[in-house]
Amino acid sequence: MNSIKRLSALLLTTAIAGAPMITMAQTMTPQSSTAQEQYFPLQSYRVGPYAAGGTGFFGGFIDYMNLINLRDGGVNGVKLTWSECETQYIVEKGVECYERMKNHVPAPSAWNPLSVGIAYAMIPDVTADKVPLITIDHGRTDSTDGAVFPYVFPLLMNPYSETSAIVNFIGSRSGGDDKLATKSIVVLYHGSPYGRETIPIYALLAKKYGFKLQQIEVPDPGTEQEAQWLQIRRIHPDYVVLRGWGVMNPVALKTAQKVGFPADHIVGNVWSNSEEDAKPAGDAAKGYIALTTQATGTQYPVIQQIEQTVYTAGKGDMADKSRIGSVYYNLGVVNGILNVEAVRIAQAKYGDHTLTGDQIRWGFEHLNLDPTKVQALGAAGLFHSIDVTCSDHEGHGLVTFQQWDGTQWHRISDWIAPDWALLRPIIEASANKYAAQNGITPRNCGTQVASN
Amino acid sequence: MKFIRSEPAAFGLFLLLALAMALIPSDYLFDAVLTPFLAVSLAALGLNILAGYAGQVSLGSAAFMAIGAFSTYDLLYYIPGLPLLIAFAGAGLITAAVALVFGLPGLRLKGFYLAISTLAAQFFVQWVFTNFPWFSGGDSSGVVNAPPIAIGGILIGSPLRRYLLSLLIVAVLSGFALLLTRSRVGQSFLAIRDNELAARVLGVNVLKTKLIACAVSGFYIGIAGALWAYLYVRLIEPAGYDLNFSFEILFVVIIGGLASVRGAFLGAAFMVVLPLALSRAGAAIFGDTFDSGLVDISEQIILGVLIILFLRLEPQGLSALISRLGLKKKQSHPLPSGVSHEFN
Repeated sequence: MNSIKRLSALLLTTAIAGAPMITMAQTMTPQSSTAQEQYFPLQSYRVGPYAAGGTGFFGGFIDYMNLINLRDGGVNGVKLTWSECETQYIVEKGVECYERMKNHVPAPSAWNPLSVGIAYAMIPDVTADKVPLITIDHGRTDSTDGAVFPYVFPLLMNPYSETSAIVNFIGSRSGGDDKLATKSIVVLYHGSPYGRETIPIYALLAKKYGFKLQQIEVPDPGTEQEAQWLQIRRIHPDYVVLRGWGVMNPVALKTAQKVGFPADHIVGNVWSNSEEDAKPAGDAAKGYIALTTQATGTQYPVIQQIEQTVYTAGKGDMADKSRIGSVYYNLGVVNGILNVEAVRIAQAKYGDHTLTGDQIRWGFEHLNLDPTKVQALGAAGLFHSIDVTCSDHEGHGLVTFQQWDGTQWHRISDWIAPDWALLRPIIEASANKYAAQNGITPRNCGTQVASN
Repeated sequence: MKFIRSEPAAFGLFLLLALAMALIPSDYLFDAVLTPFLAVSLAALGLNILAGYAGQVSLGSAAFMAIGAFSTYDLLYYIPGLPLLIAFAGAGLITAAVALVFGLPGLRLKGFYLAISTLAAQFFVQWVFTNFPWFSGGDSSGVVNAPPIAIGGILIGSPLRRYLLSLLIVAVLSGFALLLTRSRVGQSFLAIRDNELAARVLGVNVLKTKLIACAVSGFYIGIAGALWAYLYVRLIEPAGYDLNFSFEILFVVIIGGLASVRGAFLGAAFMVVLPLALSRAGAAIFGDTFDSGLVDISEQIILGVLIILFLRLEPQGLSALISRLGLKKKQSHPLPSGVSHEFN
């Protein structure tokens, strides 16, 4: 009898342990969906070390989708829906969220993780599941080559373009690219895969323009930079490019002030360009310059409509309303515009109803917003334009530069184009290497354009 | 019912259960729950051989996993056509060799001092993989996607296949671990842990035994890293194997039960599966009313409280708890009373 008791206890334990697993195994219960809807899974991060970026970006993205729902009743009558899954910027959590949300009914339209690591981990899955993966302003540089990466879109700007745009900006500040030959530039980069990614590109540009280049690493997390900045003082460069991350940015600005290097000769990249990077440095950040693909501020009609429509209705996502118009928030809004317009373009081809991820992918691949269209969307001046094609998943985004006045950013440059032609062969070589390694036969984008 | 009292039979039962899981048609179950559970279990098993059995505490488990992951990538990249399983085994051997090097100070150092030497391994390894693009096939970013893998022409692509392959590897290695811990070598691990001097007097070759523990542990953790990189995240990046991950594996061992094979699996279930269950429950109940960050923080607090409560009530881990419930006879080898917990 005793053994039967034990057996039943064991079975009971198994059942108790197994039950939640089976519940977890089941796909998310379909929402009652008589109305048409387009679903966006959001792998957001609102806690953890990168929460400032996450709350801003996903807040802007959600606010824009809410604006479309409240103001227009959705995209041509199709409501936008979404749900969030917290990743804390950790790859494994992002993967878990992917598996959790991918079986949602209706199916996901596009993935927007805003994390290089999570995006890399999702590339095989999104390709197999045929849903686009959007990595605005970041991601795998070679995924720009849409022939090899049909489902990955590093919209507006990839890391190589960023590098080239920064050098072009320094050229324009120096009075023309030919003046670069007399200049000396130090790149201060974060000691991580992200920080190291552009080392060969800066070297290539130094060779092309003839400027003196030195690239100095700051070990993660970058809270101690005395040695690097003393070295910079010895080199006495004309410009320092700050390719930082998190706490490294304000520490760099403060240490620069200590060694007497002027902040207005420090140029930050896209991960060193937010209020959260400059503000903690206090006075030391005054005059600091940084690159961005989207301007800051609330003066753009689309942002004002969000404030009026969404926040008046009490549906705003930002707990701290003063962050509306900040760098990450506006990036989220721009990301929302690009996603929504991709849906609209796909609808023009496939009809005004719930579309599959693969159909939305077609929309992204034909996402063409010229400055007139951007103005019609109420975003003139917020970002310039985008023109995505089968072979170019970046979309020729232009960038601008902003300067910190101690409390906020001000635009100080026109829209600047990176040297795409110079970078394209490197991107293609890298993409083709990836294709060979992964057994991918690149699409022929020439025939793609003809058939579509 | 006597048969489930023995550990090998329980192991068989576990395997049957794990195989039965394969019948559930859910990618989520395999990709988000079971495959990482198996990889973490294997890493914890490796650490348990070193820390639980041989009493050498290590804080560098994640670094050794990284070595396993990068070695697999390099073997497959630089030796085209190398069969996958051989690459996994090779990665295990390479990790074992590196673990031996970092284990050498362990011959002279004890307790906290050894922990610091493995901590050095943790930082050194991450630095090497970040700064030398050779290890990631010349990719300057240092982050690479794990290319698709196949065994004998069968593509290991779907979540189910990746799960079954991890299960096969983990089953074989766990079976071997069971044999090892019962062997003379396994007994000498325990002898050294409990009293090094006494072990020496009894004729145990302390030097050799400690190095064996390091190498075997490294082999297991290296293969766990390869499974993690190739069958779970399919991404190889140094940042994924940070100190936090090393701590997590150490917690798995402590919570599961030191010096017990099944403890690694129980601990991994606690640390990998329970947070997911909590997170799913939290999202289902509060998902609409609170923002996801708040729910996530609450889950962490609950998990932390559970760990503290649990260690207070059952300091010898889940494995001892199961023994106490009387489902199985006492199989683990807890520290004898009177011996301090400093892993000396």
